[in-house]
Amino acid sequence: MSTQATTRTDNHDGSGSEYLAFTLGSEEYGIDILKVQEIRGYEAVTRIANAPEFIKGVINLRGIIIPVVDMRIKFKLGTPTYDQFTVVIILNIGGRIMGMVVDSVSDVTTLSPDQVKPAPEMGTAFNGEYLMGLGTIDERMLILIDIDKLMSSSEMGLIDRMAA
Amino acid sequence: MTIDISQFYQVFFDEAEELLAEMERLLLAVDIAAPDPEDLNAVFRTAHSVKGGASTFGLNDMSEVTHVLESLLDRLRKGEMALTGQHVDAFLAAKDILKMQLDGHRNGADVDQDAVANVRMMLHDLSEGTVVPAHQPTVPSFLHAEQKQQVSEGARRFKIELPDLPKRDVDALVDELGLLGRVSVTPLAGGRTALIIMTHERLDDIVAICSFVLDPDALKIFEAPPLTPEQRAKEAQERARIEDEQGYGFFDPSDAAAPAAQSEEEQGYGFFQPIEQIRREAGIVAETTEVQEQQAAREAQELLDAASEKKAAKKAADAAHAQAESGSIRVSIEKVDQLINLVGELVITQAMIEQRSDGLDPMLHQRLLQSVGQLTRNTRDLQEAVMSIRMMPMDFVFSRFPRMVRDLAGKLGKKVDFITNGAATELDKGLIERIVDPLTHLVRNSIDHGIELPAARSAAGKTESGRLFLSAAHQGGNIVIEVADDGGGLNREKILAKAKANGLAVSDDMPDAEVWQLIFAPGFSTAEIVTDVSGRGVGMDVVKRNITALGGSIDIRSARGFGTTMLISLPLTLAILDGMSIRCGEEIYILPLGFVVESLQPLAADVKEIAGQGRVVKVRGDYLPLIPLYQMFNIEPRITDPCEGILVILETEGRKAALFVDELVGQQQVVVKNLEANYRKVAGISGATILGDGGVALILDVAALLRASRQLTDESVVSRIDNTTN
Repeated sequence: MSTQATTRTDNHDGSGSEYLAFTLGSEEYGIDILKVQEIRGYEAVTRIANAPEFIKGVINLRGIIIPVVDMRIKFKLGTPTYDQFTVVIILNIGGRIMGMVVDSVSDVTTLSPDQVKPAPEMGTAFNGEYLMGLGTIDERMLILIDIDKLMSSSEMGLIDRMAA
Repeated sequence: MTIDISQFYQVFFDEAEELLAEMERLLLAVDIAAPDPEDLNAVFRTAHSVKGGASTFGLNDMSEVTHVLESLLDRLRKGEMALTGQHVDAFLAAKDILKMQLDGHRNGADVDQDAVANVRMMLHDLSEGTVVPAHQPTVPSFLHAEQKQQVSEGARRFKIELPDLPKRDVDALVDELGLLGRVSVTPLAGGRTALIIMTHERLDDIVAICSFVLDPDALKIFEAPPLTPEQRAKEAQERARIEDEQGYGFFDPSDAAAPAAQSEEEQGYGFFQPIEQIRREAGIVAETTEVQEQQAAREAQELLDAASEKKAAKKAADAAHAQAESGSIRVSIEKVDQLINLVGELVITQAMIEQRSDGLDPMLHQRLLQSVGQLTRNTRDLQEAVMSIRMMPMDFVFSRFPRMVRDLAGKLGKKVDFITNGAATELDKGLIERIVDPLTHLVRNSIDHGIELPAARSAAGKTESGRLFLSAAHQGGNIVIEVADDGGGLNREKILAKAKANGLAVSDDMPDAEVWQLIFAPGFSTAEIVTDVSGRGVGMDVVKRNITALGGSIDIRSARGFGTTMLISLPLTLAILDGMSIRCGEEIYILPLGFVVESLQPLAADVKEIAGQGRVVKVRGDYLPLIPLYQMFNIEPRITDPCEGILVILETEGRKAALFVDELVGQQQVVVKNLEANYRKVAGISGATILGDGGVALILDVAALLRASRQLTDESVVSRIDNTTN
């Protein structure tokens, strides 16, 4: 299995990029909308033996089997509850499909480059390496995540790394 | 708009490869003593199809070779020449050359131009071999007097147009000139003849020889520059083409090639240029354009005649072509897999409908339930039909062996009758592709090490030619492929000695079956067991590993002096698996049925605890390690006492173990899905499948589970089987 090259999508064409905003606990996050394939309700998963706790298991997405991770467990944000409002964002990262459980999805917003500020060197739940910056819309602040890099990271363990 | 021609290239490559394989098959099957004209026609058709495709894509090297091949074949099938073993060898060599050129175009592989030239020379020489034209100068046979004398680089070429001469004189002249170099004869209209000579001699000598039989003034001599390889090719094509036009013109040159060839024709032999100086030297009176005009007119007439003939022939060729193509279509494997996936989805949806309609009152919803029943049947049929698309006959694999057997037997000086059986047996394409290498190795082994030399066979009271059987058959849910020879059989003592030398744990009173299995041990070169011929790359351990990776197994039967039989057992397909579904905790898992020996509920007395090492269970006198699945997978157990749950006895790699699960759910065919496509490899899991309710069930990797369990249990008490395998 080849390791996926992480392609950062830095848009500097002035028109800005669109981000899908979602919440984890009380924080609001944004990811590149182009990485999102669809949004679904949470359904029962099949647990995978000996997988880390945040990997909920695998589900059947129209005939393909995809893993589902719960970001709330991974980043210790909010309490993981599963009800009819729990949302799974289906991501397509370099051709690999995976699901990501979040508390809720709010909207899709366009951020122009000047609305995106560099992230401060301080504690968010995410390792700074996966942050693309902070987006501001009026009073709201979106923590923009480089979802490509995050999901392909060995920390998530979603992809087999070639043995070095 | 631009068209991506590369996609068509791919189609051509695929097609050409199949055609070449078909050609080889036909050639190997042909009976040299009494060739079936239909077989020769079939060979001819394949050659022609390759040629057509090659020239369409501008792969001139291939179309040139096929053309020469085709010309010779054409004469054979018309009965002008008798088929000999030489011909078949030449055709096979030509097929190899074409394959090499094809690979050259496809993968940029190296093409051995010398080999190409050799084969073309061989085909040429063979077509010269005929004596038909000697007394019928009108029959196009420009090559009949060509001498097989080697003409090296730097030779000069002359074209000599002879006046109207008696046949006898022409022959005498050709023989004389043949001493100087290569001579070929081309008939001209009006009973005249032109000679082309390739020689190192000077022109004076040629003229001197000619003057024995005729007045040098009546000669017209042209000099041509030495041929470049390109021109040589052109010449060959030209010759063959003319041959076609003068009565063998069954086939039209491909559209792209036609105009070029015609213009060449109109110019006469484009590469012959009259050289004033030569003529003066030779004292030849230069004839004027009159002659050339005459010639042009003649040739135009020839063209016209040929054209009408070709038109009729083309129709016939088209019809034959259409017939050959209507039988199948070419579809990419992705499309088929997509279809299979979609049908898989449909089957799941159908199962869901069935499940949900189960609860309905049959009286109230009779018609609905009837429709659902029909849907169920139709879906199953559809699924079966779609799955069968991926199935290919074993012939696909078998067909490549006759040639290999023939070549290898020839090289080793052995006589081998190759017999196949069950070539129509169907197997999944994915499996077919991956079984080729192991099978090739086994077949080579049989010829190399199994079958003895004719003398040794006679001495042993056997027929001189050994027999090699290759057969395939369905057996339950498996396909069994058998490679059997009637050779010397395996040598037990040598294997045991070698095993001891390699430090394997063996004893002299081991059963034969276990001894034979030793040859699958890594580093156990088969070459050293039976003969001194060196091994080739893949060892038997790789054969075994490949087959095991396909979910199959290999068995050996051998009797000293009577031969060896290798039995390969494979699942029918990689995509569908017969599984036993079991429950453990909340989850359903699938066990591949092939590994399951039996299931039982043990008595408390049969389960023994071994201090700190886990538990074993006594089943019919053997102590088997007990593997609690909930422990392996860290599942919240519902049952921890084996006597309340179920033990499934599994067997793999010659070891058995008892897997302790909560309950058996059922047995079903499941469509295997890849877990790694979107996730990663999980220890103990070989894949996943989708259940009737749309949920996902994981398929257990039995071999890995058993391996992992051994780390938990004490090896020494596991079972006596372990002693022999490790």
